[in-house]
Amino acid sequence: MKSARSVLRPFKKLRGGIHLDHQKNAENFETVIMPPPEKVFIPMSQHIGAHAAACVKKGDSVYVGTVIGEAAGPVSAPVHSSVSGVVEDIIVRSMGGRDINVAVIASDGEMKPDPGLKKRTVRSAKALTEAATECGLVGLGGAGFPTGVKLSPPKGTVIDTLVINGAECEPYITSDFRELIENAEDVVEGVYLIKKLLNIEKAVIGIESNKPAAIEKIAELVKNHKDADGTVNVMRLPSSYPQGAEKAIIYSATGRKLPGGALPSAVGCIVMNVTSVGTLYRFIKTGMPLVRKRITVDGSAVSEPKNIYVAIGTPIKDVLEFVGGIDETADRIIMGGPMMGAPVLSPESVVEKRNNAILVMKPRKPRKTTNCIRCGRCAAACPMHLYPQKVEAAYNAGLKENLEGLNVNYCMECGSCAYVCPAKRPLTEVMRISKQILRGKK
Amino acid sequence: MQNKLSVSTSPHIRHFDTTAGIMLDVIIALLPATIFGCALFGLKAVLLVTVCIATCVAAEAVWNVILKKPQTIGDLSAVVTGLILGINLPTGVPVWVAIIGSIAAIIVVKQMFGGLGHNFVNPAMGARIILMVSFPAFMTTFHEPLVHTVSSATPIALEASKAVSYKNLFFGMHSGSIGETSAFLLLVGGIYLVVRRVISPIIPVCFIGATALFTYAFGGDGIYAILSGGVMLGAIFMATDYVTSPTTNWGKVIYGVACGIITAVIRKFGSLPEGVSYAIILMNILTPHINTITTAKPFGYVKEGKKQ
Repeated sequence: MKSARSVLRPFKKLRGGIHLDHQKNAENFETVIMPPPEKVFIPMSQHIGAHAAACVKKGDSVYVGTVIGEAAGPVSAPVHSSVSGVVEDIIVRSMGGRDINVAVIASDGEMKPDPGLKKRTVRSAKALTEAATECGLVGLGGAGFPTGVKLSPPKGTVIDTLVINGAECEPYITSDFRELIENAEDVVEGVYLIKKLLNIEKAVIGIESNKPAAIEKIAELVKNHKDADGTVNVMRLPSSYPQGAEKAIIYSATGRKLPGGALPSAVGCIVMNVTSVGTLYRFIKTGMPLVRKRITVDGSAVSEPKNIYVAIGTPIKDVLEFVGGIDETADRIIMGGPMMGAPVLSPESVVEKRNNAILVMKPRKPRKTTNCIRCGRCAAACPMHLYPQKVEAAYNAGLKENLEGLNVNYCMECGSCAYVCPAKRPLTEVMRISKQILRGKK
Repeated sequence: MQNKLSVSTSPHIRHFDTTAGIMLDVIIALLPATIFGCALFGLKAVLLVTVCIATCVAAEAVWNVILKKPQTIGDLSAVVTGLILGINLPTGVPVWVAIIGSIAAIIVVKQMFGGLGHNFVNPAMGARIILMVSFPAFMTTFHEPLVHTVSSATPIALEASKAVSYKNLFFGMHSGSIGETSAFLLLVGGIYLVVRRVISPIIPVCFIGATALFTYAFGGDGIYAILSGGVMLGAIFMATDYVTSPTTNWGKVIYGVACGIITAVIRKFGSLPEGVSYAIILMNILTPHINTITTAKPFGYVKEGKKQ
């Protein structure tokens, strides 16, 4: 444990948060590559910002890594083909209430890489952000914010800390952990490169204490890197939820409180997910853009949890068929973790860039809701120090005015309040709706 | 995989604690002191506790049926109210008084204000005070332990003469209400609740500490004060009632300390020998205001209109 000495302890620990059963059942399963499905359905918007503009048409031949959608506008990201084959059609699908163009590509099963792909020489901040954009990279932690935009903060802002998020605080998910184990070199090289080119003073790679193998491995590589000068460090974060939330990890890594509504650059930070860093470095090294994602498939209905590389645009039903061993009674599919993941409406839904887990769950016992007993556990659990119980009371009273002054807009919908509620009240749902009500008023 | 998927909003998992589970923990924590009290004061004690619990549950069930509301007795809160009220009675109380108290607790204090979570004072505490005011003679007829019939003064009334040793006070070999005598067993129950994270230790510690401290300050015996009367039972089991105590940590400190001070003041300067019930009920009423003044600002709070 010689390397442990270079591992930092967090500056600050967020008050609130909860302890969850980690359920990292898939952590020791090396990632397997799923063969390409018959067809992939690649949405032109898998990120925050303007939809990409489809630049292929029916009948076009494409390869793995061929650009099929170009970034449209300053906040956007290009989209690449994840298989080799023929574009069958461009269709419109309604996803999350928006109509999105989707490229349907029939795979030829050969996964031939685009002959035009080439490695990059990146020597400046500008070249780095261009590479991030060309890679089609978006925040892989789940937010989907285009990385190229993130790496070019507004003029005049001083960035002194690069925070690399490897907390992975949601139960079940192990995809970032596997990135840290399987592609540790890519992550560490990527961190040094980004830090150097953006001229950032220091970098902190935050990993939760429930991943000792990753902490040790990354700390070792960081220490023995050719540019090592003590400005890049690993931080052992407490294994509490939501430690991986942007505000929580910035607070732990720097002791700074990110003001409500502000971007991390306001407190001198850039926050990147470990898989984002690894993917960016691999793009620079090989020229292969973001065309596949490591997905953890787990949940109460999955007998053999796995980490698999899935071509972006693969329908969930194909993924589940590949994994196999799904319990017959399963009735819920969740994209992401059990705390913040989105329910999947249909097995035809596809894997996107920002996804990192698919959970399949058995039916749950019906919950009996009782009156709020005012135990205060929701307020104690809230990492943003809000009072979900008061918000629910105001919401139930049906008065918009009562919601004001409760600072609902600070809620990040982490789900901690509803998780701890012994009365089983739908607190997170009410917080979410209340935010929308207040936003609508302005 | 079923053909039809069910869809729900996040979070998709919940902690296993339930309202009924919490109530059950409170019942378990009260059992040692209750059983000891029944052994000490005999069959009359068993009868009173049973009648209180049965009446409370029945009153809530009937209320729900009459008003066509969903049945709520499964949450066990009525059992807790009945149990706490029962062990708060001295064995000199007739059964019919216990029944009136139980109905008052559930119907008047709890259900009329909206049921579980909406009462502004602790139902058992409210009922105890209703009985104290209505039947002062019964409510102060204490029996000698193990003898069961002879009337006896409680240690709190004998404070000046120190008629009961600290040891007997601590282990509960003295007269009093059914469940309040054994400080030791009440503490065991309290520790159980803290370990199970049902309650935070802040309120009991502040309450008991402040009572001792201010009794000393008023020239009394602090240790004697916290071991006699209802301080332990009140501080651990009644002042910590979620609904009527502050949810913030600083609020709990204010509430606990204030309860202790009021108890010491009533005992020293009031015409009543006991002040725990009134202290708790007064602070119950102030709880919403304590919550308001101890409300924390959100993480990374930016004043409205100051945003860049």
